[in-house]
Amino acid sequence: MTGFSPFLAEHRFGYGQSADIPPPSSISEMLASLEGRDRAQAQFPIPKFRHLQDAFVLRRRFGRFARDNPDSAEGKAALKKSKDVLRSLRRERSTWFAQLQLRRISGNQGFRERLVTFWGDHFTAFGKNNILALATPAYLEEAVRPHLNGHFADLLTACITEPLMLHYLDQSASVGPNSIAAKRRPGRLGLNENLAREVLELHTLGVNGPYVQRDVHELAKLLTGLSATRNFGFKFRSKFVEPGAEIVLGERYGPEASIAPIRKVLQDLALHPETAAHIARKLAVHFVSDTPSSAIVDHIKTAYLKSDGALSACYAALLEHPDAWALPATNMRPPDEFVSASLRVLGVTPAMLHDLTHKQTRRLFFRPLSLMGQPWLRPEGPDGFDEEDAAWVTPQGISARLDWAMNAPARLLEELPDPASLLNLGVGSDAPQSLSFAANSAENRAVAVGLVLCSPAFQRR
Amino acid sequence: MLSRRHFLTKATAIGCSLAASPLVTPVTFAAAPWDTRLVVIILRGGMDGLDVVRPSADPAFAALRPTLTAGKVGLDLDGFFTLHPALAPLMPLWHREELGFVHAVSTPYRDKRSHFDGQDILEAGTDTHVGQVRDGWLNRMLQVVPGLEADTAYAIGNNDIRVLRGAAPVANWAPEANLRLSPQALRLAELVMEEDPAMQAALAEAQMLSSDLGKPNGKGGAEREIADFAAARLRGSARVAAFSLPGWDTHRRQQHALPRSLNRLSQTLLALRSGLGAHIWAKTAVVAMTEFGRTARENGTNGTDHGTAGLMLLAGGAIRGGRVYGHWPGLAAAELYEERDLMPTGDVRAPVAWIMRGLNGLAQSDLERSVFPGLDMGQDMRVLR
Repeated sequence: MTGFSPFLAEHRFGYGQSADIPPPSSISEMLASLEGRDRAQAQFPIPKFRHLQDAFVLRRRFGRFARDNPDSAEGKAALKKSKDVLRSLRRERSTWFAQLQLRRISGNQGFRERLVTFWGDHFTAFGKNNILALATPAYLEEAVRPHLNGHFADLLTACITEPLMLHYLDQSASVGPNSIAAKRRPGRLGLNENLAREVLELHTLGVNGPYVQRDVHELAKLLTGLSATRNFGFKFRSKFVEPGAEIVLGERYGPEASIAPIRKVLQDLALHPETAAHIARKLAVHFVSDTPSSAIVDHIKTAYLKSDGALSACYAALLEHPDAWALPATNMRPPDEFVSASLRVLGVTPAMLHDLTHKQTRRLFFRPLSLMGQPWLRPEGPDGFDEEDAAWVTPQGISARLDWAMNAPARLLEELPDPASLLNLGVGSDAPQSLSFAANSAENRAVAVGLVLCSPAFQRR
Repeated sequence: MLSRRHFLTKATAIGCSLAASPLVTPVTFAAAPWDTRLVVIILRGGMDGLDVVRPSADPAFAALRPTLTAGKVGLDLDGFFTLHPALAPLMPLWHREELGFVHAVSTPYRDKRSHFDGQDILEAGTDTHVGQVRDGWLNRMLQVVPGLEADTAYAIGNNDIRVLRGAAPVANWAPEANLRLSPQALRLAELVMEEDPAMQAALAEAQMLSSDLGKPNGKGGAEREIADFAAARLRGSARVAAFSLPGWDTHRRQQHALPRSLNRLSQTLLALRSGLGAHIWAKTAVVAMTEFGRTARENGTNGTDHGTAGLMLLAGGAIRGGRVYGHWPGLAAAELYEERDLMPTGDVRAPVAWIMRGLNGLAQSDLERSVFPGLDMGQDMRVLR
């Protein structure tokens, strides 16, 4: 009943076709690629969160010494070292960018990588100090990647209890008003509802979900205790816990001061039918269309509820629905995906990306992505990047894509590919005539490549 | 190659899409119901208001800033305050009463002193950081006037203008995004995008915005381009523009870092003024605001750390300048906030609210409820002429 096509399997559900890697031949092959060993991760590793914690500790130590000894030579040396810690981490970030691109462009687990991006955006988190601002890749590695194909409740719990999330949405400093800690310092410590609100509004039930302000407040009290050490390691602080039980959506949780009732409420929220509907709709919007049919949303939702939120069942439901393979393609590739798909179709190799300096990476990728409207891993707020196509089809966005597509490939590749075969690979066999004509009439190869990459047929999937 | 006839067909097609486009507004469309101009500049990083407009006559000041205020003498403003020497190019504006300041103002944000949260609250225009409000106050100001065209307001720069984010349509553009294609490549790009009306319209608009900038005059950096672009739009149908200037986080060697940023700020204001021309400048208000001020005392590295109350800059012919507004709290130990920061004596949102009240005719109830929910505007500060 489906219209599976190998082209769409890559174009719509992965990072597009590659000259070197055959596309999946069936839905079951796509689903199977989500199981088992994470080969892309093993082949292109990046450091864990611990690496950033170490850098943070080191920088603080040098910084403190420098501050206490501003006039001595040792103090000045310490200041330089403290700066160097940050500088070298920023340089490293360029290499993480390359590694994460290579996972997308040089393997056959495109769908898996797209899901990492999808869930990473759903559970947006980034740091609010110099070092933690660089921690999102490590967060995705530890909280998101291991749970992609498991149950939503586990993914939710992993992300919500991750130190970066606790820091980002101010949970670490949220203290129950009647807790031991608050009584010790009256008037100085208090409750912060930020994470509780986003869990209900963004991560589970959705903004139109059946909760009221009272539920936000109760959940905020229930989440007290989730916190971090001063070096951003996870720590459950029982002195922060608001005494007594809380009632969220009519269910009673607690009163014990432990993480158990928090796990329970996240589990219950994950299994709520409104959460199923919210997640089903979001998957359909992301992969299929801004305005998905209620048929495909219901189909995914039913699979979610039947399987107690098994994400593998949701992906199967998404892929087996005929809408998943419908044409024409309307969804606009966001800039981050557009760039990766371009690198993949151009056949960019590990050596080409590994050779780039920090400065080149900034010029070729970080700045252009910002101009296109999608600074790398840095959305405006916890609601992540826009799903709406109109957000990307702006004068500035289109201008920045054109500029990148006409110039960046020639800086990356020694020889640009033949436009005709690029066209076939990038947009499939039935390219619009105007596009073939334009690619043939371009004054040089760089322009021809840029035209193919910027064509509606390549950018919409 | 394309034939001449083909070119002409293309040109006609683009002409049609221009007319239909929401950004390119011929005069027949209803424009904004006001003729004044409002420019909002976000000074990112926390500007040290105490070093920019120095309370030189405050008896406690010199002891708090032994290194930073030594050497070059400030420019006298009103016998109490002196202006940082790096802003000398703005003194003519001060004397013409087209430049003013509001001292000791802050957002409602307290204690954590994080740039991230501070800027969020500054641009959201809310009381606290509770995540419920995702749009910016300048966008909510536009929402009060229904049916505005998108090119009424421009967010200029790298997509970081949260103050203009929200439901009201707004145009975004960074001069850096200027199209730099050869004419032939551009024609082919138009042809390729013809099958996709939305992309085609976006490309046509990008062309218009790129050509509008004219030739860069070579002087000044990115901020000069931004100011020139803002002026070009505001000469046309735009009524509101917002952009940001970074570089105010002066923890170390402030004597070197701050003049650089002040120089960029004064270049920006002067470029706006000359770009707008005397006639439009006369009905323009420029508001420059920052997420927080800095510590009253200088720190051990010839700089200052994150503080609380700060300084707001007002410029433009619509401003009743030539004075420093605000209630001066004093700098004696007991007068400082938490014994370290300049005490906030005013809400940074109040002067802006009064400006929008006078300049754009917004009702006080809309300003206190929708634009700045929870703000008490207090007495009219009469910052406008």
